[in-house]
Amino acid sequence: MSPIIEIKGLNKVYDNGFQALKDINLEIREGEIIALLGPNGAGKTTLISIICGIVNASSGTITIDGHDIVRDYRAARSLIGLVPQELATDAFESVNATISLSRGIFGKKPDQTHIDKVMKDLSLLDKKHSKIITLSGGMKRRVMIGKALSHEPRILFLDEPTAGVDVELRKDMWNVVRELRKSGVTIILTTHYIDEAEEMADRIGVINKGQIMLVEEKTVLMQKLGEKRLLLLLLEPLASLPPELSQWNLRLQDNGSTLVYTYDAQSESSDITHLLDAIDNAGIRYRDLETKQNSLEEIFVNLVKK
Amino acid sequence: MNIHAIRAIYKFEMARTFRTIAQSIISPVLSTSLYFVVFGSAIGSRMTDIDGISYGAFLVPGLIMLSILTESISNASFGIYFPRFIGTIYEVLSAPVSPLEIVISYVGAAASKSLMIGSIILVTASLFVPLQIMHPFMMLLFMVLTCITFSMFGFIIGIWADSFEKLQIIPLLIITPLTFLGGSFYSIRMLPEAWQTVTLFNPVVYLVSGFRWSFYEIADVNVGVSLGMTGLFLLICTVILYWIFKTGYRLKK
Repeated sequence: MSPIIEIKGLNKVYDNGFQALKDINLEIREGEIIALLGPNGAGKTTLISIICGIVNASSGTITIDGHDIVRDYRAARSLIGLVPQELATDAFESVNATISLSRGIFGKKPDQTHIDKVMKDLSLLDKKHSKIITLSGGMKRRVMIGKALSHEPRILFLDEPTAGVDVELRKDMWNVVRELRKSGVTIILTTHYIDEAEEMADRIGVINKGQIMLVEEKTVLMQKLGEKRLLLLLLEPLASLPPELSQWNLRLQDNGSTLVYTYDAQSESSDITHLLDAIDNAGIRYRDLETKQNSLEEIFVNLVKK
Repeated sequence: MNIHAIRAIYKFEMARTFRTIAQSIISPVLSTSLYFVVFGSAIGSRMTDIDGISYGAFLVPGLIMLSILTESISNASFGIYFPRFIGTIYEVLSAPVSPLEIVISYVGAAASKSLMIGSIILVTASLFVPLQIMHPFMMLLFMVLTCITFSMFGFIIGIWADSFEKLQIIPLLIITPLTFLGGSFYSIRMLPEAWQTVTLFNPVVYLVSGFRWSFYEIADVNVGVSLGMTGLFLLICTVILYWIFKTGYRLKK
Protein backbone atom coordinates (compact mmCIF):
# COMPACT_ATOMS: atom_id res chain seq x y z
CA MET A 1 0.00 0.00 0.00
CA SER A 2 1.40 3.40 -0.94
CA PRO A 3 1.96 5.79 1.96
CA ILE A 4 -0.54 8.60 2.54
CA ILE A 5 2.32 11.05 3.16
CA GLU A 6 5.67 10.70 1.45
CA ILE A 7 8.53 13.06 2.29
CA LYS A 8 11.69 12.91 0.21
CA GLY A 9 14.93 14.79 0.74
CA LEU A 10 13.32 17.59 2.70
CA ASN A 11 15.56 20.44 3.84
CA LYS A 12 14.74 23.73 5.50
CA VAL A 13 17.20 26.55 5.97
CA TYR A 14 15.75 29.74 7.46
CA ASP A 15 16.80 33.19 6.25
CA ASN A 16 19.17 33.55 9.21
CA GLY A 17 21.06 30.48 7.99
CA PHE A 18 19.73 28.08 10.63
CA GLN A 19 19.13 24.64 9.15
CA ALA A 20 15.97 23.39 10.83
CA LEU A 21 15.61 20.18 8.80
CA LYS A 22 18.27 18.05 7.16
CA ASP A 23 17.44 15.58 4.44
CA ILE A 24 14.22 14.24 5.94
CA ASN A 25 12.83 11.10 4.33
CA LEU A 26 9.68 9.71 5.85
CA GLU A 27 6.67 7.68 4.81
CA ILE A 28 3.47 7.77 6.82
CA ARG A 29 0.96 4.99 6.37
CA GLU A 30 -2.74 5.52 6.11
CA GLY A 31 -4.62 4.93 9.35
CA GLU A 32 -1.64 4.85 11.69
CA ILE A 33 -0.77 7.04 14.64
CA ILE A 34 2.82 8.14 14.38
CA ALA A 35 4.41 10.11 17.19
CA LEU A 36 7.31 12.41 16.48
CA LEU A 37 9.46 12.80 19.53
CA GLY A 38 12.21 15.30 19.93
CA PRO A 39 13.56 17.96 22.24
CA ASN A 40 12.73 21.64 21.83
CA GLY A 41 14.04 23.04 18.56
CA ALA A 42 14.46 19.57 17.03
CA GLY A 43 12.43 20.52 13.96
CA LYS A 44 9.11 18.81 14.71
CA THR A 45 6.95 21.89 14.25
CA THR A 46 8.90 23.02 11.18
CA LEU A 47 8.30 19.62 9.60
CA ILE A 48 4.55 19.77 10.28
CA SER A 49 4.37 23.40 9.16
CA ILE A 50 5.98 22.55 5.82
CA ILE A 51 3.65 19.62 5.21
CA CYS A 52 0.66 21.85 5.97
CA GLY A 53 1.85 24.71 3.76
CA ILE A 54 2.60 27.27 6.47
CA VAL A 55 6.37 27.23 5.94
CA ASN A 56 8.15 26.91 2.60
CA ALA A 57 10.64 24.07 2.17
CA SER A 58 14.14 24.90 0.94
CA SER A 59 14.32 21.67 -1.05
CA GLY A 60 12.71 18.26 -1.27
CA THR A 61 9.24 17.02 -2.11
CA ILE A 62 6.16 16.05 -0.15
CA THR A 63 3.13 14.26 -1.49
CA ILE A 64 -0.13 13.69 0.32
CA ASP A 65 -2.18 10.84 -1.05
CA GLY A 66 -0.18 11.30 -4.25
CA HIS A 67 -0.77 15.06 -4.47
CA ASP A 68 2.29 17.30 -4.44
CA ILE A 69 1.85 19.88 -1.67
CA VAL A 70 3.04 22.74 -3.90
CA ARG A 71 1.75 21.92 -7.39
CA ASP A 72 -1.48 20.31 -6.25
CA TYR A 73 -1.91 22.13 -2.96
CA ARG A 74 -5.70 22.23 -3.03
CA ALA A 75 -6.14 18.46 -3.19
CA ALA A 76 -3.31 17.91 -0.71
CA ARG A 77 -4.45 20.43 1.89
CA SER A 78 -8.11 19.46 1.73
CA LEU A 79 -7.13 16.13 3.34
CA ILE A 80 -5.41 17.74 6.29
CA GLY A 81 -6.48 19.05 9.66
CA LEU A 82 -3.95 20.84 11.84
CA VAL A 83 -3.98 21.52 15.54
CA PRO A 84 -1.04 23.84 16.12
CA GLN A 85 0.97 24.07 19.28
CA GLU A 86 -0.02 27.64 20.11
CA LEU A 87 -3.53 28.36 21.38
CA ALA A 88 -4.37 30.67 18.49
CA THR A 89 -8.08 31.39 18.62
CA ASP A 90 -10.49 34.11 17.59
CA ALA A 91 -10.95 35.29 21.15
CA PHE A 92 -14.11 37.33 20.58
CA GLU A 93 -15.95 34.80 18.43
CA SER A 94 -18.25 32.04 19.60
CA VAL A 95 -17.15 28.41 19.55
CA ASN A 96 -19.75 27.62 16.90
CA ALA A 97 -18.70 30.51 14.65
CA THR A 98 -15.03 29.70 14.71
CA ILE A 99 -15.52 25.98 14.07
CA SER A 100 -17.97 26.74 11.24
CA LEU A 101 -15.42 29.14 9.73
CA SER A 102 -12.82 26.38 9.63
CA ARG A 103 -15.19 24.07 7.78
CA GLY A 104 -15.86 26.75 5.18
CA ILE A 105 -12.21 27.67 4.70
CA PHE A 106 -11.46 24.05 3.88
CA GLY A 107 -14.05 24.11 1.13
CA LYS A 108 -16.86 22.20 2.80
CA LYS A 109 -20.40 23.45 2.59
CA PRO A 110 -22.04 24.45 5.88
CA ASP A 111 -23.28 21.48 7.91
CA GLN A 112 -24.48 22.40 11.39
CA THR A 113 -25.25 18.75 12.18
CA HIS A 114 -21.62 17.82 11.70
CA ILE A 115 -20.39 20.87 13.62
CA ASP A 116 -22.70 19.93 16.50
CA LYS A 117 -21.36 16.36 16.44
CA VAL A 118 -17.76 17.60 16.58
CA MET A 119 -18.64 19.85 19.51
CA LYS A 120 -20.47 17.01 21.25
CA ASP A 121 -17.53 14.61 20.81
CA LEU A 122 -15.25 17.21 22.35
CA SER A 123 -17.69 18.06 25.17
CA LEU A 124 -18.04 21.56 23.78
CA LEU A 125 -21.74 21.53 22.95
CA ASP A 126 -22.79 23.42 26.07
CA LYS A 127 -20.21 26.11 25.16
CA LYS A 128 -21.52 26.40 21.59
CA HIS A 129 -22.43 30.07 21.89
CA SER A 130 -19.76 31.06 24.42
CA LYS A 131 -17.07 33.47 23.37
CA ILE A 132 -13.72 31.75 23.21
CA ILE A 133 -12.12 34.34 25.48
CA THR A 134 -14.33 33.07 28.34
CA LEU A 135 -13.09 29.47 28.05
CA SER A 136 -10.36 27.80 30.07
CA GLY A 137 -7.08 26.78 28.41
CA GLY A 138 -8.19 23.18 28.18
CA MET A 139 -11.47 24.11 26.54
CA LYS A 140 -9.64 26.33 24.07
CA ARG A 141 -7.47 23.36 23.18
CA ARG A 142 -10.64 21.40 22.46
CA VAL A 143 -11.85 24.24 20.24
CA MET A 144 -8.59 24.00 18.29
CA ILE A 145 -9.16 20.29 17.79
CA GLY A 146 -12.77 20.98 16.83
CA LYS A 147 -11.64 23.42 14.17
CA ALA A 148 -9.26 20.83 12.73
CA LEU A 149 -12.00 18.18 12.69
CA SER A 150 -14.69 20.46 11.29
CA HIS A 151 -13.92 19.57 7.69
CA GLU A 152 -13.59 15.82 8.22
CA PRO A 153 -9.86 15.48 7.45
CA ARG A 154 -8.29 12.14 6.57
CA ILE A 155 -5.02 13.21 8.16
CA LEU A 156 -4.76 15.02 11.46
CA PHE A 157 -1.64 16.78 12.71
CA LEU A 158 -1.54 17.30 16.45
CA ASP A 159 1.38 19.49 17.40
CA GLU A 160 1.85 18.97 21.13
CA PRO A 161 -1.89 18.73 21.71
CA THR A 162 -1.76 18.13 25.42
CA ALA A 163 0.91 20.66 26.35
CA GLY A 164 -0.25 22.45 29.48
CA VAL A 165 -3.51 20.57 29.94
CA ASP A 166 -4.47 18.64 33.04
CA VAL A 167 -4.34 14.86 33.36
CA GLU A 168 -8.09 14.39 32.94
CA LEU A 169 -8.20 16.38 29.74
CA ARG A 170 -5.16 14.56 28.39
CA LYS A 171 -6.94 11.26 28.89
CA ASP A 172 -10.07 12.69 27.23
CA MET A 173 -8.00 13.77 24.27
CA TRP A 174 -6.33 10.40 23.99
CA ASN A 175 -9.80 8.90 23.79
CA VAL A 176 -10.76 11.34 21.05
CA VAL A 177 -7.61 10.40 19.14
CA ARG A 178 -8.34 6.70 19.53
CA GLU A 179 -11.87 7.20 18.22
CA LEU A 180 -10.54 9.12 15.25
CA ARG A 181 -8.08 6.41 14.49
CA LYS A 182 -10.88 3.85 14.58
CA SER A 183 -12.66 5.88 11.93
CA GLY A 184 -9.58 5.62 9.72
CA VAL A 185 -7.96 9.01 10.29
CA THR A 186 -4.17 9.05 10.06
CA ILE A 187 -2.69 10.90 13.01
CA ILE A 188 0.69 12.56 13.25
CA LEU A 189 1.43 13.58 16.78
CA THR A 190 4.34 15.56 18.13
CA THR A 191 4.82 15.47 21.82
CA HIS A 192 7.16 16.10 24.68
CA TYR A 193 5.37 13.54 26.75
CA ILE A 194 6.97 10.18 26.20
CA ASP A 195 4.10 8.44 27.96
CA GLU A 196 1.75 9.98 25.41
CA ALA A 197 3.71 8.43 22.55
CA GLU A 198 3.99 5.17 24.45
CA GLU A 199 0.26 5.17 25.09
CA MET A 200 -0.98 6.28 21.69
CA ALA A 201 1.41 5.62 18.86
CA ASP A 202 1.79 2.71 16.47
CA ARG A 203 5.12 4.03 15.27
CA ILE A 204 7.57 6.43 16.78
CA GLY A 205 9.94 8.77 15.00
CA VAL A 206 12.68 10.50 16.90
CA ILE A 207 13.88 13.84 15.58
CA ASN A 208 16.92 15.63 16.85
CA LYS A 209 18.78 18.62 15.42
CA GLY A 210 16.66 18.54 12.28
CA GLN A 211 17.36 14.91 11.47
CA ILE A 212 15.25 11.82 11.84
CA MET A 213 17.22 9.55 14.11
CA LEU A 214 14.91 6.59 13.69
CA VAL A 215 11.38 5.58 12.81
CA GLU A 216 10.21 2.30 14.22
CA GLU A 217 7.15 0.39 15.33
CA LYS A 218 6.68 1.27 18.98
CA THR A 219 6.69 -2.32 20.22
CA VAL A 220 9.70 -3.25 18.08
CA LEU A 221 11.52 -0.14 19.20
CA MET A 222 10.96 -0.89 22.83
CA GLN A 223 12.01 -4.50 22.37
CA LYS A 224 14.99 -3.67 20.22
CA LEU A 225 16.37 -0.86 22.24
CA GLY A 226 14.85 -1.69 25.57
CA GLU A 227 17.28 -2.92 28.14
CA LYS A 228 15.83 -5.12 30.80
CA ARG A 229 17.06 -5.32 34.33
CA LEU A 230 16.69 -8.17 36.79
CA LEU A 231 16.89 -6.99 40.40
CA LEU A 232 17.65 -9.49 43.12
CA LEU A 233 16.98 -8.22 46.64
CA LEU A 234 19.58 -10.06 48.73
CA LEU A 235 19.04 -11.54 52.17
CA GLU A 236 22.50 -10.37 53.16
CA PRO A 237 24.41 -7.51 51.54
CA LEU A 238 27.53 -8.31 49.54
CA ALA A 239 30.74 -6.33 49.82
CA SER A 240 31.78 -7.30 46.29
CA LEU A 241 30.78 -9.61 43.49
CA PRO A 242 32.12 -13.16 43.72
CA PRO A 243 34.69 -13.90 40.96
CA GLU A 244 32.66 -16.84 39.61
CA LEU A 245 29.93 -14.37 38.55
CA SER A 246 32.28 -12.08 36.66
CA GLN A 247 31.15 -13.37 33.25
CA TRP A 248 27.70 -11.84 33.84
CA ASN A 249 26.80 -8.21 33.43
CA LEU A 250 26.14 -7.71 37.12
CA ARG A 251 26.52 -4.83 39.52
CA LEU A 252 25.67 -4.13 43.11
CA GLN A 253 23.56 -1.23 44.30
CA ASP A 254 21.90 -0.01 47.49
CA ASN A 255 25.07 -0.70 49.53
CA GLY A 256 25.32 -4.21 48.21
CA SER A 257 21.80 -5.25 49.11
CA THR A 258 20.57 -5.41 45.51
CA LEU A 259 22.18 -7.33 42.70
CA VAL A 260 21.34 -5.92 39.28
CA TYR A 261 21.64 -7.89 36.09
CA THR A 262 21.26 -5.87 32.87
CA TYR A 263 20.48 -7.81 29.72
CA ASP A 264 19.06 -7.56 26.25
CA ALA A 265 15.33 -8.17 26.22
CA GLN A 266 15.59 -10.38 23.15
CA SER A 267 17.98 -12.89 24.71
CA GLU A 268 16.26 -13.21 28.05
CA SER A 269 15.15 -16.83 27.78
CA SER A 270 18.23 -18.91 28.51
CA ASP A 271 20.50 -16.41 30.28
CA ILE A 272 18.25 -15.84 33.24
CA THR A 273 18.07 -19.53 34.08
CA HIS A 274 21.84 -19.91 33.88
CA LEU A 275 22.39 -16.77 35.91
CA LEU A 276 20.06 -17.86 38.69
CA ASP A 277 21.82 -21.26 38.79
CA ALA A 278 25.18 -19.50 39.00
CA ILE A 279 23.96 -17.24 41.82
CA ASP A 280 22.60 -20.25 43.68
CA ASN A 281 25.91 -22.08 43.24
CA ALA A 282 27.76 -19.04 44.59
CA GLY A 283 25.72 -19.38 47.76
CA ILE A 284 23.95 -16.09 47.39
CA ARG A 285 20.42 -16.03 48.76
CA TYR A 286 17.77 -13.53 47.84
CA ARG A 287 14.37 -12.70 49.32
CA ASP A 288 12.71 -11.27 46.21
CA LEU A 289 13.31 -10.49 42.59
CA GLU A 290 11.80 -8.20 40.00
CA THR A 291 12.43 -7.20 36.41
CA LYS A 292 12.32 -3.71 34.93
CA GLN A 293 12.22 -2.72 31.27
CA ASN A 294 13.52 0.58 29.93
CA SER A 295 10.75 3.05 29.30
CA LEU A 296 10.49 4.87 26.02
CA GLU A 297 11.74 7.93 27.85
CA GLU A 298 15.03 6.23 28.65
CA ILE A 299 15.34 5.06 25.06
CA PHE A 300 14.63 8.56 23.84
CA VAL A 301 17.10 10.21 26.20
CA ASN A 302 19.79 7.73 25.16
CA LEU A 303 19.13 8.47 21.49
CA VAL A 304 19.24 12.24 21.67
CA LYS A 305 22.29 12.16 23.95
CA LYS A 306 24.35 10.56 21.16
CA MET B 1 -12.65 28.17 -7.03
CA ASN B 2 -13.19 27.52 -3.32
CA ILE B 3 -16.51 29.36 -3.05
CA HIS B 4 -17.23 27.95 0.41
CA ALA B 5 -13.99 29.46 1.72
CA ILE B 6 -14.69 32.87 0.22
CA ARG B 7 -18.18 32.80 1.66
CA ALA B 8 -17.01 31.65 5.09
CA ILE B 9 -14.27 34.28 5.45
CA TYR B 10 -16.50 37.03 4.05
CA LYS B 11 -19.34 36.10 6.38
CA PHE B 12 -16.98 35.89 9.35
CA GLU B 13 -15.50 39.32 8.63
CA MET B 14 -18.91 40.91 8.09
CA ALA B 15 -20.19 39.36 11.33
CA ARG B 16 -17.33 41.15 13.13
CA THR B 17 -18.50 44.41 11.56
CA PHE B 18 -22.06 43.97 12.77
CA ARG B 19 -20.96 42.77 16.20
CA THR B 20 -19.03 46.01 16.66
CA ILE B 21 -21.59 48.17 14.88
CA ALA B 22 -21.03 51.25 17.08
CA GLN B 23 -17.35 51.33 16.23
CA SER B 24 -17.61 50.00 12.68
CA ILE B 25 -20.53 51.91 11.25
CA ILE B 26 -22.15 54.39 13.63
CA SER B 27 -18.88 56.11 14.59
CA PRO B 28 -17.64 56.96 11.05
CA VAL B 29 -21.13 57.98 9.96
CA LEU B 30 -21.54 60.23 13.01
CA SER B 31 -18.16 61.92 12.63
CA THR B 32 -18.77 62.59 8.94
CA SER B 33 -22.25 63.93 9.70
CA LEU B 34 -20.63 66.36 12.11
CA TYR B 35 -18.62 67.73 9.18
CA PHE B 36 -21.88 68.38 7.34
CA VAL B 37 -23.39 70.10 10.34
CA VAL B 38 -20.32 72.26 11.00
CA PHE B 39 -18.99 72.95 7.51
CA GLY B 40 -22.15 72.41 5.52
CA SER B 41 -24.92 74.04 7.54
CA ALA B 42 -23.17 76.29 10.09
CA ILE B 43 -20.06 77.67 8.36
CA GLY B 44 -21.08 76.67 4.83
CA SER B 45 -23.94 79.14 4.75
CA ARG B 46 -21.38 81.96 5.03
CA MET B 47 -19.12 80.55 2.29
CA THR B 48 -19.44 81.47 -1.34
CA ASP B 49 -20.58 78.87 -3.86
CA ILE B 50 -17.90 76.93 -5.75
CA ASP B 51 -18.61 76.55 -9.49
CA GLY B 52 -22.24 77.35 -8.72
CA ILE B 53 -22.51 74.63 -6.05
CA SER B 54 -23.21 75.50 -2.42
CA TYR B 55 -20.26 74.75 -0.15
CA GLY B 56 -22.24 72.19 1.84
CA ALA B 57 -23.13 70.25 -1.30
CA PHE B 58 -19.58 70.68 -2.67
CA LEU B 59 -18.21 68.97 0.44
CA VAL B 60 -20.31 65.81 0.14
CA PRO B 61 -18.26 63.86 -2.46
CA GLY B 62 -14.98 64.78 -0.75
CA LEU B 63 -16.21 63.74 2.66
CA ILE B 64 -17.61 60.47 1.38
CA MET B 65 -14.28 59.82 -0.33
CA LEU B 66 -12.41 60.71 2.88
CA SER B 67 -14.56 58.24 4.79
CA ILE B 68 -14.33 55.34 2.38
CA LEU B 69 -10.59 55.78 1.94
CA THR B 70 -9.84 55.67 5.63
CA GLU B 71 -12.43 52.98 6.39
CA SER B 72 -11.26 50.73 3.55
CA ILE B 73 -7.66 50.92 4.70
CA SER B 74 -8.50 50.52 8.34
CA ASN B 75 -10.90 47.57 7.85
CA ALA B 76 -8.74 45.63 5.44
CA SER B 77 -5.48 46.20 7.31
CA PHE B 78 -7.02 45.14 10.62
CA GLY B 79 -8.84 42.23 8.96
CA ILE B 80 -5.58 40.54 7.93
CA TYR B 81 -3.25 41.92 10.62
CA PHE B 82 -5.33 40.64 13.53
CA PRO B 83 -5.19 36.95 12.45
CA ARG B 84 -1.44 37.40 11.97
CA PHE B 85 -1.11 38.99 15.39
CA ILE B 86 -3.08 36.34 17.28
CA GLY B 87 -1.77 33.48 15.15
CA THR B 88 -5.02 32.27 13.57
CA ILE B 89 -3.57 33.00 10.13
CA TYR B 90 -2.16 29.45 10.23
CA GLU B 91 -5.57 28.18 9.27
CA VAL B 92 -5.90 30.23 6.09
CA LEU B 93 -2.33 29.38 5.10
CA SER B 94 -2.88 25.66 5.58
CA ALA B 95 -6.26 25.60 3.84
CA PRO B 96 -6.97 24.74 0.21
CA VAL B 97 -7.44 28.41 -0.58
CA SER B 98 -5.68 30.30 -3.38
CA PRO B 99 -4.18 33.78 -2.86
CA LEU B 100 -6.90 35.18 -5.12
CA GLU B 101 -9.61 33.66 -2.93
CA ILE B 102 -7.96 35.04 0.20
CA VAL B 103 -7.84 38.53 -1.32
CA ILE B 104 -11.41 38.33 -2.62
CA SER B 105 -12.78 37.36 0.77
CA TYR B 106 -10.83 39.76 3.00
CA VAL B 107 -10.79 42.69 0.56
CA GLY B 108 -14.40 41.99 -0.43
CA ALA B 109 -15.54 42.19 3.18
CA ALA B 110 -13.59 45.39 3.86
CA ALA B 111 -14.81 46.99 0.64
CA SER B 112 -18.42 46.00 1.38
CA LYS B 113 -18.23 47.64 4.75
CA SER B 114 -16.77 50.85 3.30
CA LEU B 115 -19.41 50.87 0.58
CA MET B 116 -22.06 50.51 3.23
CA ILE B 117 -20.61 53.39 5.23
CA GLY B 118 -20.27 55.55 2.10
CA SER B 119 -23.89 54.89 1.18
CA ILE B 120 -25.15 55.70 4.68
CA ILE B 121 -23.16 58.94 4.67
CA LEU B 122 -24.60 59.82 1.27
CA VAL B 123 -28.14 59.35 2.55
CA THR B 124 -27.31 61.25 5.76
CA ALA B 125 -25.78 64.10 3.75
CA SER B 126 -28.97 64.48 1.75
CA LEU B 127 -30.72 65.39 5.04
CA PHE B 128 -28.40 68.37 5.57
CA VAL B 129 -27.57 69.68 2.10
CA PRO B 130 -29.31 69.74 -1.31
CA LEU B 131 -27.78 66.94 -3.37
CA GLN B 132 -27.90 66.00 -7.01
CA ILE B 133 -26.23 63.06 -8.70
CA MET B 134 -25.80 63.74 -12.42
CA HIS B 135 -24.09 60.42 -13.23
CA PRO B 136 -25.26 57.78 -10.74
CA PHE B 137 -23.54 54.92 -12.56
CA MET B 138 -20.18 56.75 -12.59
CA MET B 139 -20.67 57.69 -8.96
CA LEU B 140 -21.20 54.05 -8.06
CA LEU B 141 -18.24 52.99 -10.21
CA PHE B 142 -15.89 55.48 -8.52
CA MET B 143 -17.15 54.47 -5.12
CA VAL B 144 -16.81 50.72 -5.74
CA LEU B 145 -13.39 51.08 -7.38
CA THR B 146 -12.11 53.24 -4.53
CA CYS B 147 -13.45 50.84 -1.90
CA ILE B 148 -11.78 47.88 -3.61
CA THR B 149 -8.50 49.64 -4.38
CA PHE B 150 -8.01 51.07 -0.92
CA SER B 151 -9.12 47.87 0.74
CA MET B 152 -6.37 46.15 -1.26
CA PHE B 153 -3.98 48.86 -0.13
CA GLY B 154 -5.10 48.31 3.48
CA PHE B 155 -4.64 44.55 3.05
CA ILE B 156 -1.04 45.22 1.93
CA ILE B 157 -0.46 47.42 4.98
CA GLY B 158 -1.92 44.69 7.21
CA ILE B 159 0.59 42.21 5.81
CA TRP B 160 3.51 44.63 5.96
CA ALA B 161 2.85 45.83 9.50
CA ASP B 162 4.48 43.95 12.33
CA SER B 163 3.06 46.11 15.11
CA PHE B 164 -0.12 48.03 15.83
CA GLU B 165 1.88 51.24 15.51
CA LYS B 166 2.90 50.40 11.95
CA LEU B 167 -0.70 49.50 11.19
CA GLN B 168 -1.69 53.06 12.00
CA ILE B 169 1.32 54.92 10.70
CA ILE B 170 0.49 54.98 6.97
CA PRO B 171 -3.20 55.86 7.38
CA LEU B 172 -2.42 58.60 9.90
CA LEU B 173 0.77 60.08 8.49
CA ILE B 174 0.20 59.63 4.76
CA ILE B 175 -3.41 58.94 3.84
CA THR B 176 -5.10 61.52 6.10
CA PRO B 177 -2.86 64.43 4.95
CA LEU B 178 -3.21 63.34 1.32
CA THR B 179 -6.99 63.26 1.68
CA PHE B 180 -7.23 66.62 3.41
CA LEU B 181 -4.91 68.16 0.83
CA GLY B 182 -6.51 66.29 -2.07
CA GLY B 183 -9.40 68.66 -2.67
CA SER B 184 -11.91 67.12 -0.28
CA PHE B 185 -12.73 70.52 1.22
CA TYR B 186 -11.84 72.82 -1.67
CA SER B 187 -11.28 72.92 -5.39
CA ILE B 188 -7.58 72.72 -6.18
CA ARG B 189 -8.14 75.56 -8.62
CA MET B 190 -8.48 77.77 -5.54
CA LEU B 191 -4.77 77.16 -4.82
CA PRO B 192 -1.85 79.20 -6.22
CA GLU B 193 -0.70 77.78 -9.57
CA ALA B 194 2.51 76.25 -8.23
CA TRP B 195 0.61 74.38 -5.53
CA GLN B 196 -1.93 73.19 -8.10
CA THR B 197 0.95 71.45 -9.92
CA VAL B 198 2.27 69.95 -6.68
CA THR B 199 -1.21 68.76 -5.77
CA LEU B 200 -1.46 66.81 -9.01
CA PHE B 201 1.10 64.37 -7.55
CA ASN B 202 -1.45 63.52 -4.89
CA PRO B 203 -3.42 60.47 -6.11
CA VAL B 204 -6.38 61.35 -3.91
CA VAL B 205 -7.02 64.45 -6.05
CA TYR B 206 -8.05 62.20 -8.95
CA LEU B 207 -10.42 60.15 -6.82
CA VAL B 208 -12.14 63.17 -5.26
CA SER B 209 -12.29 65.05 -8.55
CA GLY B 210 -13.79 62.14 -10.50
CA PHE B 211 -16.25 61.38 -7.74
CA ARG B 212 -17.32 65.02 -7.48
CA TRP B 213 -17.77 65.12 -11.26
CA SER B 214 -20.28 62.25 -11.06
CA PHE B 215 -22.36 64.45 -8.72
CA TYR B 216 -22.14 67.93 -10.24
CA GLU B 217 -20.19 67.61 -13.49
CA ILE B 218 -17.45 69.82 -12.05
CA ALA B 219 -13.93 68.46 -11.81
CA ASP B 220 -10.38 69.59 -11.08
CA VAL B 221 -8.99 67.08 -13.58
CA ASN B 222 -10.51 65.30 -16.55
CA VAL B 223 -12.82 62.49 -15.47
CA GLY B 224 -11.10 60.03 -17.82
CA VAL B 225 -7.77 60.80 -16.16
CA SER B 226 -9.41 60.30 -12.75
CA LEU B 227 -10.74 56.91 -13.80
CA GLY B 228 -7.38 55.99 -15.32
CA MET B 229 -5.50 56.92 -12.15
CA THR B 230 -7.91 54.89 -10.01
CA GLY B 231 -7.37 51.94 -12.35
CA LEU B 232 -3.61 52.44 -12.18
CA PHE B 233 -3.62 52.39 -8.40
CA LEU B 234 -5.74 49.23 -8.49
CA LEU B 235 -3.19 47.67 -10.84
CA ILE B 236 -0.27 48.63 -8.60
CA CYS B 237 -2.00 47.09 -5.57
CA THR B 238 -2.74 43.92 -7.57
CA VAL B 239 0.92 43.59 -8.60
CA ILE B 240 2.12 44.10 -5.00
CA LEU B 241 -0.35 41.49 -3.73
CA TYR B 242 0.74 39.05 -6.45
CA TRP B 243 4.34 39.51 -5.30
CA ILE B 244 3.37 39.08 -1.62
CA PHE B 245 1.70 35.74 -2.23
CA LYS B 246 4.35 34.60 -4.70
CA THR B 247 7.14 35.19 -2.19
CA GLY B 248 5.17 34.55 0.99
CA TYR B 249 6.37 37.95 2.27
CA ARG B 250 5.53 38.29 5.98
CA LEU B 251 3.14 35.36 5.65
CA LYS B 252 5.39 32.33 5.26
CA LYS B 253 8.86 31.73 6.64
